[in-house]
Amino acid sequence: MKHNDTIVALATPSGAGAIAVIRLSGDAALEIASGIFTSVSGKVLKEQPTHTIYLGHIKDGERVLDEVLVSVFKNPNSYTGEDVVEISCHGSAFIQQEIIQLCLRKGCRMAQAGEFTLRAFLNAKMDLSQAEAVADLIASDSEASHQLAIQQMRGGFSNEIKRLREELLNFASLIELELDFAEEDVEFANREDFQKLITKITQVLKRLIDSFATGNVLKNGIPVAIVGEPNVGKSTLLNALLNEERAIVSEIAGTTRDTIEDEITIGGIGFRFIDTAGIRETTDTIEGLGIKKTFEKIEQAQVVVYLFDAQEFKVSGSKIKIEIEKIKNKYPRKPLVVVANKIDRLPKNEKTNFIDILTPHTSHLTPISAKTGNGVEDLKNTLLNFVNTGALRNNETIVTNTRHYDSLLKALEEIQKVQTGIDANLSGDLLAIDIRQALYHFGEITGEISNDELLGNIFANFCIGK
Amino acid sequence: MFEKEYDVVVVGGGHAGSEAAAAAANMGSKTLLITMNLQNIAQMSCNPAMGGIAKGQIVREIDALGGYSGIVSDTSAIQFKMLNMSKGPAMWSPRVQSDRMRFAEDWRNMLERTENLDFYQEMVSGIVTEKGKVVGVKTSLGLEVRSKTVVLTNGTFLNGLIHIGEKQFGGGRAGERAATGITKDLVELGFESGRMKTGTPPRVDGRSLDFSKMILQPGDENPQKFSFLDCTKPLTKQRPCHMSYTSERVHDLLREGFDRSPMFNGAIKSVGPRYCPSIEDKINRFADKDRHQLFVEPEGWNTVEYYINGFSTSLPEDVQFKALRECDGFENVKFFRPGYAIEYDYFPPTQLLHTLETKLVDGLYFAGQINGTTGYEEAASQGLMAGINASLKVQEKEPFILNRDEAYIGVLIDDLITKGTEEPYRMFTSRAEYRTLLRQDNADFRLTPKGYKLGLASEERLKKMEKKKENAGAFVQFFKNTSVSHTEANPILESKNSATVSQSDKMFKLFSRPEITMEDMRKIDAVEDYVQDKDLTFEELQQTEIQVKYAGYIAKEKNNADKLNRLEGIKIPKNFDYSKLKSLSYEAREKLKAIQPATISQASRISGVSPNDISVMLVYMGR
Repeated sequence: MKHNDTIVALATPSGAGAIAVIRLSGDAALEIASGIFTSVSGKVLKEQPTHTIYLGHIKDGERVLDEVLVSVFKNPNSYTGEDVVEISCHGSAFIQQEIIQLCLRKGCRMAQAGEFTLRAFLNAKMDLSQAEAVADLIASDSEASHQLAIQQMRGGFSNEIKRLREELLNFASLIELELDFAEEDVEFANREDFQKLITKITQVLKRLIDSFATGNVLKNGIPVAIVGEPNVGKSTLLNALLNEERAIVSEIAGTTRDTIEDEITIGGIGFRFIDTAGIRETTDTIEGLGIKKTFEKIEQAQVVVYLFDAQEFKVSGSKIKIEIEKIKNKYPRKPLVVVANKIDRLPKNEKTNFIDILTPHTSHLTPISAKTGNGVEDLKNTLLNFVNTGALRNNETIVTNTRHYDSLLKALEEIQKVQTGIDANLSGDLLAIDIRQALYHFGEITGEISNDELLGNIFANFCIGK
Repeated sequence: MFEKEYDVVVVGGGHAGSEAAAAAANMGSKTLLITMNLQNIAQMSCNPAMGGIAKGQIVREIDALGGYSGIVSDTSAIQFKMLNMSKGPAMWSPRVQSDRMRFAEDWRNMLERTENLDFYQEMVSGIVTEKGKVVGVKTSLGLEVRSKTVVLTNGTFLNGLIHIGEKQFGGGRAGERAATGITKDLVELGFESGRMKTGTPPRVDGRSLDFSKMILQPGDENPQKFSFLDCTKPLTKQRPCHMSYTSERVHDLLREGFDRSPMFNGAIKSVGPRYCPSIEDKINRFADKDRHQLFVEPEGWNTVEYYINGFSTSLPEDVQFKALRECDGFENVKFFRPGYAIEYDYFPPTQLLHTLETKLVDGLYFAGQINGTTGYEEAASQGLMAGINASLKVQEKEPFILNRDEAYIGVLIDDLITKGTEEPYRMFTSRAEYRTLLRQDNADFRLTPKGYKLGLASEERLKKMEKKKENAGAFVQFFKNTSVSHTEANPILESKNSATVSQSDKMFKLFSRPEITMEDMRKIDAVEDYVQDKDLTFEELQQTEIQVKYAGYIAKEKNNADKLNRLEGIKIPKNFDYSKLKSLSYEAREKLKAIQPATISQASRISGVSPNDISVMLVYMGR
C-alpha cells in the first residue's frame, strides 16, 4: 500500500529534554524539509544522498526558529520505508511545537498515534509476528489520547465546535434540500444568514487557532502564584522545581520582597511561577504592601500554590487554615494546591496530624521537602494534571491538542473557500464540496459525520415528497 | 417445454426484471423471463415519469452501459424537463413524463426483439437449490425450470398486502394478486426478511377536472433526451402538467378519516419512505403547513387518466374523494381508482455481495424492491447489474462492480450492501460524495467503455462517445491555447458586468469566470469560426463549457476520490476472522462480522467502524 501524504510528529518523548527529534515521513518529506531548512554548507537537502546529516537552521520565512541537525533517509532504507527526514532540535517544548506547526503549514499532516510504526509495518519493515503488538499499541495509544482529548475538551471548546458544526450542518442540509428537492414547496437556504454564519465560524476558528497552546500556554507559561509566609521555603521550592539556583535563598524571613517570576517547563508545559510574599496580617508597612501585591498576583495566576512550613503547623495551624479558606473564598474557581514544606525536619507523628486536619479544607494537599526533593515530583504531577484535565480553562477557550489545532487549521481553510464561493455567487452543489470538507474537519474533533446525517436532518425538518 | 437448462432465469418483469433479462440475453446468456402476467411487463405502478434529480443521472448511466430504460423513456415521453438548470452541471437532472401504456408496450417490443430471451407466464413459488447453489425455480403449477443462475425481482409482490382504509386484501398491485412461496423458501434457506410499505395516490378522470383553476407546468422549450444514441429524437410536441394545492379545509376533511387510517390505527406496521410521505402523514407531521402541492400528471398522449402526485394515501376511499373535491380544479372530480398503501416482503440488502448475488446461495441474485429500494430507476439499474453479473458468472468471468466515484449505480449498491436500509431507499445526489464527477452529461464517458467491454454497449455507442470526448477535449485545448485581444474581449465582459482586461489574455481564463458563458464566448470571431468549422454538436459545446468552467471542482473531487480508491484496492479475504482482532472495538467487530465488507474502503463506511479500527485492520491485511 502506498501512502502519499507526509506525516510529522515528535519522535522523542514529549516534554523538555536536551534535544528533541521531529520526524517527517512520506513522499514530500524531503521537499517540505528542504523548504524550511537552510544548511550551513549551502547544500540543498532534497539533492543529498541517503543517510547523511546536515547542520543548519529551521526558518519560518526569514525568522530563524532553531539551529538544528537534519538527517536524511531515503526510501526504502528508513524506519518507515518511506522518505524520512529527522530534525534534531533543541529540547524546548515551544521550539518543538513551532517546528511541527511550520511543517503542518507546509503540507504535512499530524501523524496519528502509532502511524510511523504502522507505515513501517505496511512497508515490510517489520515482521508479521509483530502485528498483534502493533495493533494493540495503536488501540491503546489512541485510547489514551482519546481520553486525554475528551478531558481537554471538557471546557467550552468542544461545545463551541459542536454548536458551530451543528449550525453548519443545518445549513448544509438546507443547501442539499435546495439541490435534491428543488421542486418542493419549502424554503431554501437564505444566503444572508449563511454569510453571517460563515463570518461567525471564521471568527471563532481564528480565535481558537490563535489560542493554541504555543501562543498562549507554552509561550508565556501558565501563571502559578506561590503564596506563603516569609521563610517557609518558597525560593527553595522554586529552585527544586528548577534544579538550579535562581531565586535568592536565605534564612532571613521576608527576603523575597519583590515578586520574582520564573518560567519552568514541566512535562512539556511551561509554568510561570510568581513568587509572592504571604498574606498574613502584619503591621510592617513594607510587608503590608506585599500582601496587597500578593492578591494582585493571585488574581493574575491560573493556579495558586499555598506553601507553609510543616514544622510551624503545631503552633500556627489555625492561622494556616484561615489563610487557606481566605484564598478559597476569594477565588473559589482557581485550582489551589496546599504544599507542606520541610517535612524532612518533622517528627513522624506530627505529619499525620496536619494531614488529618487539612484534608477537609483542600483536595490537593502535597507534603514535600524542597530541600531534599522529596514530594516535588508529586507536586509537578498535580500541576500537570490541572492542564490535562482542563481545570485551567475558566471561561477562556484554549486549544492545546496539536491534532485539534491541525483540524481547526484545515477547517478554516475550507471555510475560507466557502467564503470565496459565496463571494463568487457559486451554486449550492459547488459550495457543498467545501462545506462537506469543513464538516469533515469539525468531525475530526467532535466525532463522525456521514451523509446520512444530512438526509436525516432534511427528513426530520422539512415536509418533502410528492 | 423449456430449455434443458437456462443460464439465467429472471423472476419478475418490472423495471429490474426487464433490464436484467435484456442485459443477460444481450451478453449471450440463454435467458428466461418468467412473470405472473406478461401483459404487464414494465408497468409504471406509481407515477408516469422517469428520471428526476439523481434518478435522471441513473437513467443516463443505464443507457451509457447499454441498458434499455433510456431508449424506452425517450420513445414513450410526453414531456421533457432538465431540472436544476440554475445549479452547477452535476445537478442538472433530466426527467420525462411518460405515456404509461406506450412505456410498457415499447419495453415489451424491445425485449421481444432481443435474441436469447424466452418468456413464460406463471407464478414462481419457490427456489430450487442443491448444496448451497441455486439450480432453478419451481412454479405454482409444479413446473421446475433449471438454470445456472436466478435473478429475483419480485417488486411489491412477495406477500403483498394492500390497504385502503380499514379494508385490506392480498395483492401485488391494484388488480393483481400477490406472490407467495418464495419468502418461505428463502427464510428456510437462512435469509432474514422484513416488511416495507409504500403507497400511491388516486387516478382520476381528466374530463372531470377544471384545469383553468390550476397552474400550468409545461415542459422545456428546448427538450433534450435520455439516450446517448441517435435512434431516439427529442420531443417536438409535449403535454403539460398542472399544479394545484390542498387547503386547511382539505386537511380537516382528511383528519376526519384518521381513525379509519391504517397508518394511524396500527394496521400498517412497516416503514414507509420519509421523503415520499402520504398526504395524511404530511398533515400529521407538519401540522403548521396550511397547504401542500399537488401535481396533476397526464398518464399518456391520448388517455384522459391523470395521476395526482402528492396525494398518496391509504385513507378510506370516501375520505380521499371528499377531500380531493375541495382542491382547486377538483370540484367535480371522478375517480378511476383510489389511492392505496401496500406492504410487501423485502430482504435486508446487507445479505448481498457487490454483484447483487446473495452471500448465502451461490448463483442467486436480488434486484429492485426486494432489496428495500424504491423507484423505477433504482430498480432498473440493479436489474441491469444483476443481469450483467449473472451472465459473467455463467461465463466464469470477473464480476462487474462500479465504484462510488464511477456511477450513482455504484453508490446505490454500495450503500445497500454496506449500510442496509431502514426505509425504502431512494437515490439523492447528496448520497454521492463525488457527485461533481457523476454528471448526466458524462455518463457515457464514465460507463460506455465498460459497457462495450461487457458486450452490452454497441460499437456505434462507443464511437459516438469517443468522438464527443475528442471534440470537446480539442475545444478545451483551443481555449487554453488561444488568446483574445482586450479590444475584442472587453465589450463582452462589460455586457456581463465582468471586470475588463487591459491586455490580451488566454480565452480559458475569461471563460472560467462564473458569469461568462459559451454563448458569450461565441461572440468572439475565432471561437464562432471554430464551432462552425468543426460542426460541433450541442452536447460537445456543453461538455466543453463544463470542462472549462468546473475544471477546478472536478479536479478537487477527483483528488478526494483517488484517496478513497487507495483503500478500495485493499481487499479483505473472504470469511476473514474478525474475532481474532482483539484490538477492534466490540461494535466494529460485530458489524464487520455481519456485513463482511469486501475492501477496507467499504469497511470504513460501515457506521460504528472508527478510523482506529481501520488502522488495526490495515495492520492485519498486511501490505
